[in-house]
Amino acid sequence: MTDLWAGFAEAARLLITLDPDLTAIALRSLQVTLCALVIACAIALPLAAFLSVKRFRWRRAVIALLNALMGLPPVVVGLVVYVLLSRSGPLGVLGLLFTPSAMIIAQVIIIVPLIASVAHQSLRELWAEYHDLLISLNTTQCQRIVALLWDGRRALLTAALAGFGRGIGEVGAIMIVGGNIDNVTRVMTTAIALETGKGNFALALGLGFVLIALAILVNLAIHWLSRTETGRQW
Amino acid sequence: MRIMSTVLAVALATATPVLAEDMKMAVTTSFHNSGLADVLLPEIKADTGIDVQLLVVGTGQALKLGAAGDVDAILVHARAAEEKSVAEGHATHRREIMYNDFVVIGPSDDPAGTADSETAAAALQGIAGAQAPFVSRGDDSGTHKKELSLWAAAGIDVANAGDWYRAVGAGMGAALNTASGMNAYILSDRASWLNFGNKGDLGLLFAGDPVLFNQYAFLPVNPDKGDHIRNDLAMQLEEWLTSARAAELINGYQVAGEQLFTFNAQMTDTAKAAE
Repeated sequence: MTDLWAGFAEAARLLITLDPDLTAIALRSLQVTLCALVIACAIALPLAAFLSVKRFRWRRAVIALLNALMGLPPVVVGLVVYVLLSRSGPLGVLGLLFTPSAMIIAQVIIIVPLIASVAHQSLRELWAEYHDLLISLNTTQCQRIVALLWDGRRALLTAALAGFGRGIGEVGAIMIVGGNIDNVTRVMTTAIALETGKGNFALALGLGFVLIALAILVNLAIHWLSRTETGRQW
Repeated sequence: MRIMSTVLAVALATATPVLAEDMKMAVTTSFHNSGLADVLLPEIKADTGIDVQLLVVGTGQALKLGAAGDVDAILVHARAAEEKSVAEGHATHRREIMYNDFVVIGPSDDPAGTADSETAAAALQGIAGAQAPFVSRGDDSGTHKKELSLWAAAGIDVANAGDWYRAVGAGMGAALNTASGMNAYILSDRASWLNFGNKGDLGLLFAGDPVLFNQYAFLPVNPDKGDHIRNDLAMQLEEWLTSARAAELINGYQVAGEQLFTFNAQMTDTAKAAE
């Protein structure tokens, strides 16, 4: 229990002194996960809308697969991405291993199924409401997808934030493909793992609390920017 | 006077590296946790202009990264595995740099009586005899390999041992955390132990047997693995690591008033002359 209080004290110290190492690591965490989030949303949201409006043979199988992949073990994703990006692997010539780009790739793979599954669930319900209207207006498939994505934006925000949450707190995959190199690929979670390994629980917990605060801040900021909680708009 | 200043300018230009270059080196967790890297890396950068990026992994993974050509050099401590790596052509050669030692850590009340043992083998036999909980790294790291060889030397078959022998499959720090939580015995390198922040009721019980010495060696990765391998930087780093400057820093590094590493590289003639 004393460790926990020491952790709070350490978190306060890190924040008050604006520790330069902490700032660099925190910004790198945000950079990696926000990049991964933007890419993952660009893939997952249209995919979710497509799965809602289009009926095709393997639709159920694809949805079931996406749902199952929500539970992808990050360490396995990390290992697969490592093998692919390794100099002795098929994509080795790109020289991406142990760079933030490799970490972004791993995180995209981890969060796409989560965002797509959550988004599909809500878009499917929206489609049930809009189905007759959009069909009778003789809209194209593309217009339907755009209409669903726009009118379902608030539910999609929740899907994106779920993806952000999974990405920012992830350690297994980025430890393997990033390598936790100081000043290059060290982020909040890998720094916490490192300090825990050294037995510096206070510092590790301090970093942990800062990470949680960061996640809350980002969530609040996105909600505020999209004004989801104001009366007239939603 | 003018000649003098020209000479000075040339000397300065050659002495101060113009551009920092990056190379990747895989090192063991025990080396990194010792804190020596934090002392050496800024000096390496200042002297040679090389920005050494450390990948802190177990010895097994470090050799694997070298074999895949994903790093430029390796600094590890598992002689047999290192020699195998050189024999298979993954590394060009193996150069000994320094050593530290392993110590037996355990609960302060020492139920197995290891503190009074004459040899490392006797200490381990005491632990096995008392069936006292023992945490093993169990991760195929250099420390783990060393531990297994010590058990074998003590004539104890830990593969079929009872549940007092607990292989956790984790790095040095994580394994020490586990041992601290279970109040168990564990084999650790001295550096990791001294730097460890969560000692709890554990204490250093046995050390000093020469079989516990832990030799670190530097292995440059074979440049045949591809044009991306910075063998030139690895060779420059090796030269620095075996220089008088490195010897001074390594021997002078202390934690809690104790010297952790002993420099024992064979210096080249030019390095000796510089000294």
